[in-house]
Amino acid sequence: MNSKSYLETKLPLLFGVLFVIGLVAPFAVYPTFLMKILCYALFACAFNLLLGFAGLLSFGHAAFLGTAGYVCGMMVRDVGVTPEVGILAGTVAAGLLGWLFGTLAIRRTGIYFAMITLALAQMVFFLALQIKETGGEDGLQGVPRGHLFGVVDLSDNLAMYYLVFAIFCVGFFVIYRTIHSPFGQILKAIRENEPRAVSLGYDVNKFKLIAFVISAALAGTAGATKTLVFQLASLSDVHWHASGEVVLMTLLGGLGTILGPIVGAATIVSLQTQLADSVGSWVTVIMGVIFVICVLSFRRGIVGELQVLIKRSGVN
Amino acid sequence: MSGEIILETRGLTKEFKGFTAVSDVNLKVQRGTIHALIGPNGAGKTTVFNLVTKFLPPTAGSIHFKGEDITHEAPAVTARRGFVRSFQISATFPHLTVMENVRIGLQRKLGTEFHFWKSERSLDKLNDQAMALLESVDLASFADSVTADMPYGRKRALEIATTLALEPDMMLLDEPTQGMGHEDIERVVALIRKVSANRTVLMVEHNLSVVANLCDRITVLTRGSVLAEGTYDEVSKNPQVLAAYVGSDNINDAHH
Ligand SMILES: Nc1ncnc2c1ncn2[C@@H]1O[C@H](COP(=O)(O)OP(=O)(O)OP(=O)(O)O)[C@@H](O)[C@H]1O
Ligand SMILES: [Mg+2]
Repeated sequence: MNSKSYLETKLPLLFGVLFVIGLVAPFAVYPTFLMKILCYALFACAFNLLLGFAGLLSFGHAAFLGTAGYVCGMMVRDVGVTPEVGILAGTVAAGLLGWLFGTLAIRRTGIYFAMITLALAQMVFFLALQIKETGGEDGLQGVPRGHLFGVVDLSDNLAMYYLVFAIFCVGFFVIYRTIHSPFGQILKAIRENEPRAVSLGYDVNKFKLIAFVISAALAGTAGATKTLVFQLASLSDVHWHASGEVVLMTLLGGLGTILGPIVGAATIVSLQTQLADSVGSWVTVIMGVIFVICVLSFRRGIVGELQVLIKRSGVN
Repeated sequence: MSGEIILETRGLTKEFKGFTAVSDVNLKVQRGTIHALIGPNGAGKTTVFNLVTKFLPPTAGSIHFKGEDITHEAPAVTARRGFVRSFQISATFPHLTVMENVRIGLQRKLGTEFHFWKSERSLDKLNDQAMALLESVDLASFADSVTADMPYGRKRALEIATTLALEPDMMLLDEPTQGMGHEDIERVVALIRKVSANRTVLMVEHNLSVVANLCDRITVLTRGSVLAEGTYDEVSKNPQVLAAYVGSDNINDAHH
C-alpha cells in the first residue's frame, strides 16, 4: 500500500508536538534567536510553496522579504501606525510587487524564469541602495516595536516572541491550506506535467501567478515581522544573498516537504549564529560547502531523507 | 457518409526555421467517426496534433472546430470547448495517485479550481464519479496507487479515463498503443471503441491492424502533406501509399 497516507495520519500529532515546543521554547532558548529562526522559516516555507509545489524557481525572493521590511519600517517609524498594521502593509506591498514580478516572469520557464526574477530583484536592490528614504547602506534604523493593537507592549521580548510565533503559525497554515486545496491540486498537476494540465483546460499561467503572489506576500510577512524584531530594515534583506540563502534552506531541509523549510531555516540560522563568532567571514564558504554536500549526497534534504527512511521501515 | 464536419483545417502549414513540417493540410473530420492519421516517422502527425490543439501556432492556414475559427485561441480555451488531446508519450501526473489523476480532469466542473482557501476534502464529492471512470477503464483496483508505479499500458488507460472526465466531444490520441504488448493493445482498442460512442476520435496510429479494425476514415501524411484519404480499403490500394510504405510494414499485411 502507499505509505504516504501513513505519514499523513501522523502529521496532526507532529504539528501538535511542534506547536507545544514553539510555546515553551522561549523559556529554554534566547527568544531573539528563536524569532530569527521563525522569520526565516516562514520565508523558506513561502519559497517552498513556489518551488516545491508549483515547480517555479524564483531567484529574487529577497525583493519581497526586503521590500516588506522597508514598508513596515517606514509605516511604523515614520507614519506611526501600530505594528500589526505595519506588518499588514508590508505583506500587501510584497504581494503587489509579487504580482508585478509574476506578470513579467511567468511566461518564461526554467532558467529564464529564474534569471528574470533575479534581474528584477537586483533592480529593487539598486533602488533600496540609491533612494534616501530607505537609508542606503545603513537601512532603516530605530524602528520601534510599538504596542500591538495599541495595547500590548512589544518591547517585552516574550510578548514579541508570541506575536512572531502566532504570525508564523498563521502563515504556515495559509501555506498548508493552499497546498491542500483544490487550487493546490491543480498546482501539483502543473508541476508534474504542465502540457497535460493545459490539455485538460487549465490556464496554467493564472495558477502560477496566484501561487507567486501568495508566496511573495508571505515572504513579505516574514520580512516585515523581522524588521519589527530587530527594529531594523536592512539592505542585506534585499540582497541576492538572501535569495540564495532561502534556496539553500529549502533544499537542505527538503524541497516539497511541508516541514523541510522549517528544519532548513533552523539549521542554517543556527550554524550562522554559531559560526559567525568563531570563523567570521568564512561562514560564506562553509555555507557553500554545505550546499554542495546537500546537492551531491542527500538531494531530498533532511526531512525528505527522513521520510524515505520512515517509508522503508513502514513497508517492512 | 455526409455527416457534419466537427474539425476542419484549411491550408494548415507549419515551418520550423525554414523546414516545413506540415504543408497545406486540408483535413476534415466528421462528427462521430474514428479518424486515423497515419504516415511514416517524421511525417508531421504530432505536429498536426500540436497545431489543431493550439499547442503550436501555425505559420499559415486556419483551424475550425464545430464551425468556429479557433486558429488564434489559447490551448486551454480550446480544451474547454470539449476538444481534448493526449500525448505521444504517456501524459499522467506521476506522483499523484490514480484517483487524483482522474479528479484533476473532473475538478474544473466544480468551479473551485482557484479556491486556495478551501480544504481539498471538498474534492471528495468527485470520488464516486472518478471511481466510475476508473472502473470503465479497468483501473478501479489501482485507485490508491501512485501513478508512477503502474505498468505502462495502465498509464495509457488512465490517460484516457482522465480525458473522458472532461466529457469531450472530440478526443485526439497520439499513438495510444505505442510500445504495448499484444494483450494491452487489445484492451486499449476495445476501450477506444467503447469511448468513441457519441464522440469523435482522431488518432495517430502506427499499428495498421489497429487502424484497419477501428477507424472509419484514414488520412495518410508524408513529409507534411496529405498523400491520400479514404477508407482503409481505398487507402491501402492506393499505389502512392504503397510506395510510401515500401521498406516499412507492408500495408496489405495489416489485416489480421
Ligand atoms: N519543435 C520543433 N522544432 C523543429 N522541428 C520540429 C519540431 N517538432 C517537430 N519537428 C520536426 O517536424 C517533423 C515532423 O515531426 P512530427 O513529430 O510531427 O512527426 P510524426 O509524424 O509525429 O513522427 P513520429 O511518427 O515519429 O511520431 C520532424 O522532422 C521533426 O523533426
Ligand atoms: Mg509523433
